[in-house]
Amino acid sequence: MALRDIAIVGTAQRPSEVNSTFTSVEILLPVIQQLLDKVGIERSDIGFWCHGSCDYMSGQPFSFVSAVDAIGAWPPIVESHVEADGALALYEAWVKIQTGEVDVALVFSNGKTTSGPIDQILSLQTDPYMVAPLKPGFDALAALQARACLDAGVVTERQMAEVASRSRRDANNNAIAFTKGNESVEELLAMPYTMNPLRAHDCATPVDGCNAVVLAAGDIARRLATRPAWIRGIDHRIDTQRLGARSMTESSSAAIAAQKAGVGKDRIDVAELHAPYTHQELLLRKAMGLSESTHINPSGGALVANPAMAAGLARFAEAAESIFAGSADRVLAHCTSGPMLQQNLVCVMEGE
Amino acid sequence: MAELCAVVGVGQTKHAACRADVSIAGLVREAVDRALADANITIADVDAIVIGKAPDSLEGVAMPELWLADALAAHGKPVFRVHTAGSVGGSTAIVAAQHVMAGIHGTVLTIGFEKQSDGNAMWALSVPIPFGMPVHAGAGGYFSPIVRGYIARSGAPKHIGAMVAVKDRTNACKNPYAHLHEPDWTLEKALETPMLWDPIRFIETCPSSDGAMALVLMSEERADKHAGRKAWVHATSMRSEPTAFAGREQVSPVAGEMCAADLWRKGGIKNPAEEIDVVEMYVPFAWFEPMWLENLGFAPRNEGWRWVEDGITEMGGSLPVNPSGGVLSSNPIGASGMLRFGEAAMQVMGKAGEHQIDGAKKAIGHAYGGGSQFFAMWLVSSTKP
Repeated sequence: MALRDIAIVGTAQRPSEVNSTFTSVEILLPVIQQLLDKVGIERSDIGFWCHGSCDYMSGQPFSFVSAVDAIGAWPPIVESHVEADGALALYEAWVKIQTGEVDVALVFSNGKTTSGPIDQILSLQTDPYMVAPLKPGFDALAALQARACLDAGVVTERQMAEVASRSRRDANNNAIAFTKGNESVEELLAMPYTMNPLRAHDCATPVDGCNAVVLAAGDIARRLATRPAWIRGIDHRIDTQRLGARSMTESSSAAIAAQKAGVGKDRIDVAELHAPYTHQELLLRKAMGLSESTHINPSGGALVANPAMAAGLARFAEAAESIFAGSADRVLAHCTSGPMLQQNLVCVMEGE
Repeated sequence: MAELCAVVGVGQTKHAACRADVSIAGLVREAVDRALADANITIADVDAIVIGKAPDSLEGVAMPELWLADALAAHGKPVFRVHTAGSVGGSTAIVAAQHVMAGIHGTVLTIGFEKQSDGNAMWALSVPIPFGMPVHAGAGGYFSPIVRGYIARSGAPKHIGAMVAVKDRTNACKNPYAHLHEPDWTLEKALETPMLWDPIRFIETCPSSDGAMALVLMSEERADKHAGRKAWVHATSMRSEPTAFAGREQVSPVAGEMCAADLWRKGGIKNPAEEIDVVEMYVPFAWFEPMWLENLGFAPRNEGWRWVEDGITEMGGSLPVNPSGGVLSSNPIGASGMLRFGEAAMQVMGKAGEHQIDGAKKAIGHAYGGGSQFFAMWLVSSTKP
């Protein structure tokens, strides 16, 4: 069966903040309204809604339920939720539109990352019998991976600092970003380790944030956007999580997803990679076969603003905006989930 | 135009209050291995996995599908997680079916599970939310005023809930996988059980279970080449509405009515009560059987309780509801919706064993969640649409 042409036709993001005192409904409502206004559609034009968030970050079961208030689910709507980043919600919406049941979908995600100890919360994703009781910490797991990569000569500390320096400089041009800076590579390398071999700038900045995008099929997309960001390939894959059971110096799931999404078929102008640690960007670039000519994370990426469960969808929003603006013709958006790049979703989008 | 999708394998665990003999991964794998054996394929034949469960706080593992990838031999494959409250087992099966209907994958394994003995479901669901409506003591505390509303509106006699409970617990004795096997219930004994949340009695309440359900779904191209009985997915539907607003109809929510109407339209069903042979309905509290009979368009408004009283929903009745014993006999929350969807498939595949309804051709699976606000349904048949 031939796949339908589906595109992102609009995006909206809330500027990053920390220790937000707003509820998820309060932060989502204005973003969704802003997006509908931008695209020029009404709630009733949306055939399917899909939400990404994580109960553990809110510390309550069914924390996503109140979000149906933010999207105005009356009269009743067709809606679903993933316990994952909003990028996975976008994947579900893409599948839904592919069935032909609906033509327009709104995808949104939110993460109040700073309302709890995110490092410990995310490490509750590990094996509950053998690993989680040790409270490994998400940063510590990433540090283990970075150490393995350094020892194997896959990355260098200088390359990691280069990623951080570039990301912090690019963040100066992004209103959504939280961490900004103009430090040189040498200045960053002179900083102390926070979790050897990681320095503070090697780790993503946890922020509270939310975002939303509208997907539309075929001529509807052409009507709603001057230059839609057409999804040419999208795929996600997972690796084993078991520590020691997979190579920490490569990402095979990212490589498979990139190959299935058709990354290597042509030049990629802009790649928005969801890499919460500097060495992970280097691993992802290698796994996906991205060349030097690709501009990586012009937004500054997750390093400068990482609203957990929304940072992947933010990559889609940033990549699509570069198509809308005409500054890129073929872009890549990526989302990772789980410790040490366990799960990876890759999407290639093009302008017409 | 969507492709066709068929269920070619169904597998579930033995449900119990505490499956201390298996880990979470072992519980999931028990259902998966049975579904794969039923489909006569191996896990290597699976293209993608779609997995659902209710709140992660019930077991204390955040996004457990990540950790479970190993147990599911999913390395290098897509694993997709759905979470839509109590309806999740149903919506997970629907999302899985859509992967096939969209033409993206040819063989999809879908799983719903919950290992409630690892935590305390009632209190895990009763966390006070600042500025939110309190759920009080578990789901029963939330739903009892709605049941009272139904009784007041319909004039149903007080014993209807107990009748449903006795029927489901009796049916469960024919289902080897059901959590509760209690053959000796009578209406008199049922009416003597303690009142938990007036008017909901002890027997009218679902248990807290460990359990999992897995289904193997295939595209038409693969299913046609596949030996064995199939359940063809004729229609799926989902609807959601907010938990609370002034004037909200909570006894028969509009989202539920719309979900059913959409299912009947897509499936070409004109008269559900005549055309549907078996119903696997999400009834965690017994009174929801008559309430959903009305909400889904089977019985006229305020008449659902008469269908219960007349035995229409018994296994030998004209519209058997929950021959498996239903949620009232096994409730691993994250699996409960998929158990309904899978049991509906088993009926039209002729694989339901002792609780088989003879000659079942069309069956529905139904699930709901949240404050009666999330609905998921599918219509399956022994023949292609």
